[in-house]
Amino acid sequence: MSSEITTTAEFLSDDPVKRAPLVDPRLDYHSVTETVSAIAERPKPPKAWYAAFAVALSLTLMLFALIGYLIVEGVGVWGNNNPAFWGFPIVNFVFWVGIGHAGTLISAILFLFRQKWRTSINRFAEAMTIFAVVCAGLFPGIHVGRIWFAYWLFPVPNQMEMWPNFRSPLLWDVFAVGTYATVSLLFWYFGMIPDLATLRDRARSRLSKILYGVFSLGWTGSAREWHRYERSYLILAALATPLVLSVHSVVSFDFAVAQLPGWHTTIFPPYFVAGAIFSGFAMVQTLMVPARRFFGLEKIVTMRHIENMNKVILATGSMVGYAYGIEFFIAWYSGNPNESFVFLNRAFGPYAWAYWIMVSCNVIFPQLFWFKKIRRNLLITMVIVMLVNVGMWFERFVIVVTSLSRDFVPASWGYFKPTAVDLLMLLGSFGLFFTLFLLFLRFLPIVAMAEVKGVMPHDHGPKEKGAPESAGGER
Amino acid sequence: MTNGAPRTDPPLHGIVAEYADPEALKAAAARVRDAGFKKFDCYSPFPVHGIDPAMGIRPTRLPWLILACGLVGCFGALWMQWWMNAVDYPFMISGKPLFSLPANVPVIFELTVLLSAFGAFFGALILNDLPRLHNPLFNLSRFRKATDNGFFLAIDASDPGFEEGKVKTLLGEGAVGVEACYDEDPNEELPPAFWTAGLILFLVALVPLGLAMKSRNSTSKAPRLHVFTDMDFQPMFKAQRASALFPDGRAMRLPVPGTVAVEDVAVEGPAETGKENGAWLAKSPVPWTVSNLKAGRKAYDIHCAVCHGATGRGDGPVALRARELAEAKWVAPTNLLDARIRGLPPGQVFDVITNGIRNMPAYAAQIPVEERWMIVGYLKALQRSRNATIEDVPADRRKELK
Repeated sequence: MSSEITTTAEFLSDDPVKRAPLVDPRLDYHSVTETVSAIAERPKPPKAWYAAFAVALSLTLMLFALIGYLIVEGVGVWGNNNPAFWGFPIVNFVFWVGIGHAGTLISAILFLFRQKWRTSINRFAEAMTIFAVVCAGLFPGIHVGRIWFAYWLFPVPNQMEMWPNFRSPLLWDVFAVGTYATVSLLFWYFGMIPDLATLRDRARSRLSKILYGVFSLGWTGSAREWHRYERSYLILAALATPLVLSVHSVVSFDFAVAQLPGWHTTIFPPYFVAGAIFSGFAMVQTLMVPARRFFGLEKIVTMRHIENMNKVILATGSMVGYAYGIEFFIAWYSGNPNESFVFLNRAFGPYAWAYWIMVSCNVIFPQLFWFKKIRRNLLITMVIVMLVNVGMWFERFVIVVTSLSRDFVPASWGYFKPTAVDLLMLLGSFGLFFTLFLLFLRFLPIVAMAEVKGVMPHDHGPKEKGAPESAGGER
Repeated sequence: MTNGAPRTDPPLHGIVAEYADPEALKAAAARVRDAGFKKFDCYSPFPVHGIDPAMGIRPTRLPWLILACGLVGCFGALWMQWWMNAVDYPFMISGKPLFSLPANVPVIFELTVLLSAFGAFFGALILNDLPRLHNPLFNLSRFRKATDNGFFLAIDASDPGFEEGKVKTLLGEGAVGVEACYDEDPNEELPPAFWTAGLILFLVALVPLGLAMKSRNSTSKAPRLHVFTDMDFQPMFKAQRASALFPDGRAMRLPVPGTVAVEDVAVEGPAETGKENGAWLAKSPVPWTVSNLKAGRKAYDIHCAVCHGATGRGDGPVALRARELAEAKWVAPTNLLDARIRGLPPGQVFDVITNGIRNMPAYAAQIPVEERWMIVGYLKALQRSRNATIEDVPADRRKELK
């Protein structure tokens, strides 16, 4: 089609003279629609999808069975006990909330910064955010013990005539995570309406016509609709940007506002936010690299996207490493013996194994992304991002458990041991996450088609490239 | 939608034209605008840049709506926290002020964002007249491309300047195709069963509320109905009863394995009783070396000095405080420097520490046997030092004291 760029190699070149196209320039509007819609429209997904779904669904069912057991039996089925009352549930909560940050970051912050490469991956990342927040919200909900009183978390009028304490960081958490879940869902759904309309217009079966029809709300893509839609989307992005930074800051207040050594530090909000972005990007990468191969999206989610994501992982991983270092510096510089003890205990105490897993996975391995060859190697990328996922879980484990298990009074020290229920619930939360994600891959537009079409070179490139194929030569 | 031949001559909805690309659409939009049409719209699979001025669309009022929602969220959150925590149910924590802004900032921020986001989402939908279940444009099979790769312009038949032939000519210039769109079901409505079901659900939903209202406004001798019976079911144990809390079903717990009763501990030797053959020991079984006496001093300062005072005069802080309060039942601690106490054999002093005397409690549980003997040794040294004469000092060092 074009005389300038015809091969993938040319497309991927980094020649600064040429303006790098964001999607493969050999695609036109219709082939974008085809490529993306075909995934949701296949009458039957591939066998691998069924296999993955069976595994994920059985893990999800196990999770809900364990929650039932927990409710019947009480929180004693977990390893949480004096002195570490915040065990796996809170570790898992912080882990999943952190992962949930990348979606909105990609969608909102990169949108505001006009980073148009985000269009190919934002839907993906936003979906991941929603599902991660679902997993995150689950754990504090069941951690309250008597879950039928979980409504006490909210300021609802009740027969006790009491209100929650708004000065507690735990209540701030309720509002922050609740707002984040709601706004992420709205943002995701709002962005999806035009693409749901595309699926509606292509639907063949009666059921999909009705369902896509209802959820696309009668969208026609009129200029007046687009006008308000774009303005609203921009404002939602502008709202979500400070929100995404606030959520993990508030989560870090759960720790930083307590007086416990190792928690009571002012570095926590930025450190948590950097860690959240780091873990979120790693999770997006974990899902995107296989899905892109699996669904033939290589032309839309290009190597350039993978490389950009790896650069963000490198940058945020280094920030996290810096935070680990500065924590030690402050522990020494403060001259506070409790603070110094906590950090020496983390690195060399009974949980040293967890600490060094965390450091090697989060700080050392991502440094390999300095090398371009590694950034562009899918296999090594997958290995590193998997390690980051592991490392970031251990980061939360180290923060929660080491500080709680050895605080001021040596007489109350203990060693936290998870039970089988703890470990299986963690596994089950991954099952829930992947179940939702696989359903998303099966039934919804996994790439923001309207946005991708919007960044295709119709304005800057040669005319015929922007023309739809059906009417290509008529003009 | 396109179910065969239309019934009796459906009304014309408008004229729709398709264009090849965004540039042609923009040009057509500008022509339609200049021809004075108001009720027309362009349709494209993605937002076309520059279409707003071409169509003459003015900026939306949506941002103001969102601002209003955000302000409601901001001040609503502030008011809510103030009213709930400082007025309606005052939270008194460590004498801190009932209301202080910094702690309320996170919730204010979150609710501002939440309500603004609601404003942005629902505002955009409402201003766009969505959700809309029925749109005659969807009757055209060609129009399905509007969400794929087609660029359309439609002029509504209700526009005052609408004239079928004229509009078709106007739109035809540069178009891929022009078509008339008919509203085949102008009165299409939801099936009546939908409304019936909705009404029934609404009435059913009122039943619990009605029951709650009734019980609030009437009296009954029956105990209150508790949805959650946590406070009714209190499985605390009562002595000698069964308990569901423990696997063995007993409320009375057996002692931990290896537990020894206090009276079972054998303390019968002279070193443990301070007595031998009925007489108080005159010599400590623990040698009074310098290091032992220092350990005794440390233990004395911990256990004894609070009442007896650091010098043994019976002027420890507890004794002074009791004197100050003029406690009627208070038995003042003995002045350990008294001649009578000085004359007591070490075994008897040991016995007093071990078993207590008058108001003084027994220290057997707190202080190990060896340490008790060390305290006795230190006490003897203390008594001696407080009643020493110049003769007690070695002859060659007496000069240093003068």
